[in-house]
Amino acid sequence: MLAQETIATPPVEWSLLWPVIILGVGGVLLVTLTSLVPATRNRSIPAGITAAIGIAAGFSLLPIYDRVTEAEGPVQLTITGGAMIVDAFTVYVTLVICIVTVLVALLFDGYLRREGLEGPDWYVLLLISAAGGVIMAAADDLILLFVGLEILSIAVYVLAALHLRRVSSQEAGFKYFILGALSSAIFLYGIALLYGATGTTSISAIAGTLGDANERALTATDDSSMLLVGIALLLVGFGFKVSAAPFQMWTPDVYQGAPTPVVSFMGSAVKVAAFAAMARVLILGLGEVSSDWRPVVAAMAFITLLVGSFLAIVQTDVKRMLAYSSINHAGFMLVAVHAAGTPDADVTRTGMRALAFYLLAYSVLVVGSFGVISLVSGRGDETTSVDSFRGLARRQPLLSGLFAVLLFAQAGVPFTSGFMAKFRVIVAAVDGEAYVLAGLAMLAAVVAAFLYLRIVVAMFLDDADAAVVHADDGAEDDGSADVGVETLVLAGTDTDLPITGLAVVAFAAAFTLVWGVFPQLGEDVLARAAEVFVLLAP
Amino acid sequence: MIVLAAESAHTATFPIGPALILVPVLTAVVIAFIGANRAAELKATALLGSSITGAMSLWMLAQFDKTEAGLQFVTRTAWVEDLGLQWFFGIDGISLFLVVLSGVLFPIAILTTDHHHDPKPYYLWLMILMAGSMGVFMALDLLLFFLFFEVVLVPMYFLIGGWGHGNRVYAALKFFLYTMAGGALMLVGIVALAFLTARTTGELTFDVQVLAEHVPALSTTAQTLIFLSFATAFAVKVPLFPLHTWLPDAHTEAPTAGSVILAGVMLKLGTYGYLRFGLYLFPQVAHDLAWIFLTLGVIGILYGAAVATMQKDLKRVIAYSSVAHLGFIALGLFVLNTQGIQGAVFQMVNHGISTGALFILVGWIYERRHTREIAALGGLQKVAPVFAGVFTLVMLSSVGLPGLNGFVGEFLILLGGFQGARWWTIPAVAGVILAALYLLWAYQRVFHGTPDDDNAQFEELRWSEGLAILPLLGLIVFLGVYPKPMLERIEPSVDALVAHLEANIDDFSEPGPEHMPDRPAGVDELIATYHEAELEAASHGDDHGGDHGDDHGDDADHDDADHSDETEEEHG
Repeated sequence: MLAQETIATPPVEWSLLWPVIILGVGGVLLVTLTSLVPATRNRSIPAGITAAIGIAAGFSLLPIYDRVTEAEGPVQLTITGGAMIVDAFTVYVTLVICIVTVLVALLFDGYLRREGLEGPDWYVLLLISAAGGVIMAAADDLILLFVGLEILSIAVYVLAALHLRRVSSQEAGFKYFILGALSSAIFLYGIALLYGATGTTSISAIAGTLGDANERALTATDDSSMLLVGIALLLVGFGFKVSAAPFQMWTPDVYQGAPTPVVSFMGSAVKVAAFAAMARVLILGLGEVSSDWRPVVAAMAFITLLVGSFLAIVQTDVKRMLAYSSINHAGFMLVAVHAAGTPDADVTRTGMRALAFYLLAYSVLVVGSFGVISLVSGRGDETTSVDSFRGLARRQPLLSGLFAVLLFAQAGVPFTSGFMAKFRVIVAAVDGEAYVLAGLAMLAAVVAAFLYLRIVVAMFLDDADAAVVHADDGAEDDGSADVGVETLVLAGTDTDLPITGLAVVAFAAAFTLVWGVFPQLGEDVLARAAEVFVLLAP
Repeated sequence: MIVLAAESAHTATFPIGPALILVPVLTAVVIAFIGANRAAELKATALLGSSITGAMSLWMLAQFDKTEAGLQFVTRTAWVEDLGLQWFFGIDGISLFLVVLSGVLFPIAILTTDHHHDPKPYYLWLMILMAGSMGVFMALDLLLFFLFFEVVLVPMYFLIGGWGHGNRVYAALKFFLYTMAGGALMLVGIVALAFLTARTTGELTFDVQVLAEHVPALSTTAQTLIFLSFATAFAVKVPLFPLHTWLPDAHTEAPTAGSVILAGVMLKLGTYGYLRFGLYLFPQVAHDLAWIFLTLGVIGILYGAAVATMQKDLKRVIAYSSVAHLGFIALGLFVLNTQGIQGAVFQMVNHGISTGALFILVGWIYERRHTREIAALGGLQKVAPVFAGVFTLVMLSSVGLPGLNGFVGEFLILLGGFQGARWWTIPAVAGVILAALYLLWAYQRVFHGTPDDDNAQFEELRWSEGLAILPLLGLIVFLGVYPKPMLERIEPSVDALVAHLEANIDDFSEPGPEHMPDRPAGVDELIATYHEAELEAASHGDDHGGDHGDDHGDDADHDDADHSDETEEEHG
């Protein structure tokens, strides 16, 4: 297969590759521009260009979306000789990654300014990484999937370590790199074994081979052990990327040490791409043997939910807390993947819709939440303990209000997108008759709620330290909200915050509420994206 | 059966249901744009918004068709179509008075209490709380109910935590997590119920009416598990005995307005939930497991009373009295007969009125004296006789003195209980006496005797305060003397519910070890006589104005119209 005598270049339909091209080439152009014209290096110009590139990539999806929805059922357009596939799900995931990229670029702006860092490299790496994520979402070949994963990951390793003056950032980058490289190796080994078992690296071809084997009732041949080990290794690789237990160990450390805006990208785009690839590999590629991998995914979801909720409550650092919360969310998404893996088409539909909904809702929440932390934590991300959020509502009522919306949404309070996401996952789990998993997920959500409430308590209900702000019960003074601002050493009022960062947080909160009250928005896109897995599943 | 027939009647042209939710929400939005220091404007806006909502709820009361057992003022719009969710609101005799109670209590709570600090978020949260409370009693889509059921936690959490006393953060956290933990499994239960029903109907829906039709076809195990998931959530909210520990903390530490709403409106979520979503959806299981809830209810009555007696803090006395009162309501619900359920619905409203008023009065005592400790108070009657008089009236209503509203509800519950669950009712009767004990004793210690120097400064009831609490006092007397207008609006819906229960319970019999098939001769007549004498108002629609020789005779309908007008005036 691999050793062909002449290299045949497959015909490439470039118009379908626009998002990848815009993101990738945009990154290269940005680095070129900023090297040639030093004046563009500083201020917000690179941030603006990056955001524009992200928006352009998002808009380039419009004609593609029209093409994949021409017919009634799902349309799959194979490009680059079958290595990539463009369908409604690809378009949806690409859209999510583009949104995240724009938001994170805006967060970088305020952050770099505060830290006094020079910036084009951050934005370039961000764009390259996003391009890798888009490739992962579109890959129909395990080799290309691996390439996309590496493009995505390596850029993020560097981003994590890019705060040159902070040791903790370098430590985080190093840790992330070592463990990430290890997991990539395991993932690659899994691909090799899968190739050995099925004779192909193409995801759709694997599905075909397994389907034939099943028809011939040959599942119990010697090949199956190689297949199973291959699947297991792939799951380890995915588990690392989405920080599912027991491969989540790195998450709190890396999230705590890495620059906060980078964490918001790690928590959102990286997970989105990984979950998209995971769904495609497991459901479309390995759907025939879902009875083999579903129990494993269920077990991972089980442990992930427990770890993400119970270990979270003993944390005292907000970044670590949200790291555990992101593990908890990963558990929810695994529940959706588990449900979508059933052979029943209806359940697959509900499961994939739940996953698709969760990916966007969660990404926006994560970017917004880490955006707040980035704004609050002060120079060098020094102050990220819960204590530093004490009395924040008095100093920055707007920011605290928005953060409260995001936290309550993560806790799953009704009329937020966070609730709808969790609700859809529960619907999928119940539809797949995984009642225990559904119950456990809800209990984990309650335990996790304690974590979010601790932050809310600190912001709103704890009287700030007497040393920082006048301890003021306010019994006499109506206008006490602003008392004590002068004595603060931490961040100032809302008006002192970088406008871009505040805009990102406000957008996230507004999006959360609007999508929570009108979850039918974008229903059509979600339905189309989920349908891909129903009608194309083996 | 219940509510199935009836959507045609009174499908309102004006969408009153959504309006009752949207007006407070819009008020909250307006408040968000008013400057944080303009306390007077903020309070006025909140008062205006809540009063408009309250007035709309009274308009609904006036428009309510009392002969109709089914839903009225129905609005229904599709929401999330692939999941079958809808915005589905409606009112029947069971929810009507709870909506009106919320509509009346909020303006009064805002009027009678002070925000103390940070007026803007305070009134913002109160308005959101009001919207949620309205929604929860009107939602007829099971998931929509759950959404409102959970969302009211957030404003209440902030109200307790931000404006409460003493250990407020702990109380707020406990309140939030208890309720959320209770609700967690309920969500799974709701979804499971919808999906199991969808297997037979082929269509996913959370419409309570549709679900109720298909539940009896499910396996007993499924029914039992789903019912238990619901029952746990409601048991936390009621609260029933072992799950009640959040209540004393939350009630005591909450600011006065929070306590009023918590007692008046939010505690009803549990009992209302049992009625609407427990009994109605799962008649058979509710019947089979009724003994659990009867037992927990009775334990609540006795335990709440015993603990209330021992409290040193006046507010805690009232908090524990709620445990006892809610135990009564649970008892009334699970005897599964008309009197019991009707009494329970009546008592839900009563408890809201009298406990709400008690919390307001205790709040005023605290404002004046900055303590609620019973030992520190004393002799207030000498310096503030009017205040003491008002307190006495409200307290006696809570005790259940005949002639005041509390008596009617308790009597109906005991009457129903005696027919349906005799062995549980007998100890429950002791609760009536214990209520007299702990409340009168507390009253005695606080108001009797000679005031010391501090208490001698106690300020008499102000005119403004008197006017603000007057509607509640009026309701206490009016409903005690003449409960008919209220009972006859509750009754058709309760009758329909009981008919639904009877039709769907195999071997419908009174729960309990002893069915007493052969009652001693004359007992039935005796009960019937009592029933008529005390409760001619509760007589069935057909018997209206008939030849019972009741006091109102042929004028019943006419009288009744007059009195409902009165009710409105008193509300206003």
